[in-house]
Amino acid sequence: MATKPAEKGFSHKKVERNVTLLGALALLTVAIGGIVEIAPLFWIDNTVEKVEGMRPYTPLELAGRNIYMREGCYTCHSQMIRPFRDEVERYGHYSLAAESMYDHPFQWGSKRTGPDLARVGGRYSDEWHKAHLIDPRSVVPESIMPPYAFLADRDLDTGDMANHLTALYRVGVPYTKADIAKANDDLAAQVDPAAGLDLQKRYPKAQVRDFDGDPDRLTEMDALIAYLQMLGTLVDVEKAAPQERPSETEVAQ
Amino acid sequence: MAEHKRIDEATGTTTVGHEWDGIEELNTPLPRWWLWTFYATIVWGLAYVVLYPAWPMVNRATEGVLGWSSRGDLVKEMAADAKRRAPTVNAIAATALADLPAQPQLMQAAVQGGGAAFRVHCVQCHGAGGAGVKNLYPSLTDDDWLWGGDLASIEYTVTHGIRNPDHKDTRTSLMPAFGRDGILDAAQIGDVVSFVRVISRQEKASAASARGAALFADNCAVCHGAGGQGGRQFGAPKLTDAIWLYGGDRDSLTATVNQPRNGVMPRWGGRLDPVTIKMLSAYVYSLGGGEKGLAPVAEGTGADGQP
Repeated sequence: MATKPAEKGFSHKKVERNVTLLGALALLTVAIGGIVEIAPLFWIDNTVEKVEGMRPYTPLELAGRNIYMREGCYTCHSQMIRPFRDEVERYGHYSLAAESMYDHPFQWGSKRTGPDLARVGGRYSDEWHKAHLIDPRSVVPESIMPPYAFLADRDLDTGDMANHLTALYRVGVPYTKADIAKANDDLAAQVDPAAGLDLQKRYPKAQVRDFDGDPDRLTEMDALIAYLQMLGTLVDVEKAAPQERPSETEVAQ
Repeated sequence: MAEHKRIDEATGTTTVGHEWDGIEELNTPLPRWWLWTFYATIVWGLAYVVLYPAWPMVNRATEGVLGWSSRGDLVKEMAADAKRRAPTVNAIAATALADLPAQPQLMQAAVQGGGAAFRVHCVQCHGAGGAGVKNLYPSLTDDDWLWGGDLASIEYTVTHGIRNPDHKDTRTSLMPAFGRDGILDAAQIGDVVSFVRVISRQEKASAASARGAALFADNCAVCHGAGGQGGRQFGAPKLTDAIWLYGGDRDSLTATVNQPRNGVMPRWGGRLDPVTIKMLSAYVYSLGGGEKGLAPVAEGTGADGQP
């Protein structure tokens, strides 16, 4: 605040009266804050370490994910298990950063009205998911989730999945040329065990079956259930190296 | 813009020395309480940086002298809770499942622990208290069991699930789609349904049921038994009682024979630890319909199993 009239060289007065200098210095100051907070996310182990088992979404799972976003599932369901006892005991191992590495955008969510879905895959049968999406109260009487019965009636119309995969490839999702070329065929192949494509070779742990109990059609219900059934099933969390190792003394206590 | 500092007469405070068109600014000092609070936050911040993870380095942030992490907190909390439960859990782990009912106190602990796990993992399908969902999931409170209701059978079912395509130890069977796949025509299905309704005492014997009896013997008896008494090795339900999972009226039976449901249950062996599965088995066993297995088991747990 104090300005000495006779001050030479660098002074508060000089900065205050030179808007270009003020702007440049303000930018520098804000940039330091930004660099300290944001830049390390691109290199510290905690946020960039890869874990075994992660793979990009299959086209059908991706289509289901798009329906998940279209219907706003994320407004009530999170996909982020925090490292707290109550969450870990209910939902399973806490989420690892790497498990969201191919999510554009991620679906962590900011509030839960329904339960967390980060590890919902394999928890229920396909039939349960179908019954639950058609009428949530038929299986969970106290549920306040709206019904999504129309998903079973609507044919899955995704547009050209090859374009979709290409777009994701450009932001860093490692789809191969074969993945992109076969994207539209993969979509149908995942609900048809007889299709005999190499889907499961290119996408390990991909679940191939008819998901909605209607083998004659590929519906939005198929896609959404395929997505839900793979959530949290890719990574063997027990084998993944802990990225924040609690110190020895701490565990011993 | 003039430059002169002076003492403002009205307030006795120095001006900052700027003046724009006769408007000057007083250099009022900050309130002391505010200033000291501000210094305190700086001290707090420095202490925090020393004690807790703060500055990002090459691979990780500085750890802080306390070595705190939220995941470490979780490990400690889980360990403390495991220690608290250890006496009971170890006792249950050391006891063979079949011997549990002979130890009422341990059995009660297992039933309570199983009840807690049931409310987290099982109620979504089997309903609160194991009452099931009509036309979808079986009730666990009656004495009608598809795959067996003794402790060992229940434990096997919980561990390996039912019809998990990617798991070789899972309980599995596949009722053919007699109608959809054209094994029987519509008239024959009507006859078989008539016969099933006769043996379940819902209809009087008729010419149709007589024709159905022969078809039943050829197509159904191999799993459901000659008299429709069911076959647990195939999870084939008993057809002579009034308990129907997918409905016992003519329309429902026709639909089931036409295109069977072949219900699926997830396997919990990979998700839950063996003690939890043991406790779950004890809980389901205690719901009312538990059967005595090969090993002798004693009576004595609460009929509803609710803690």
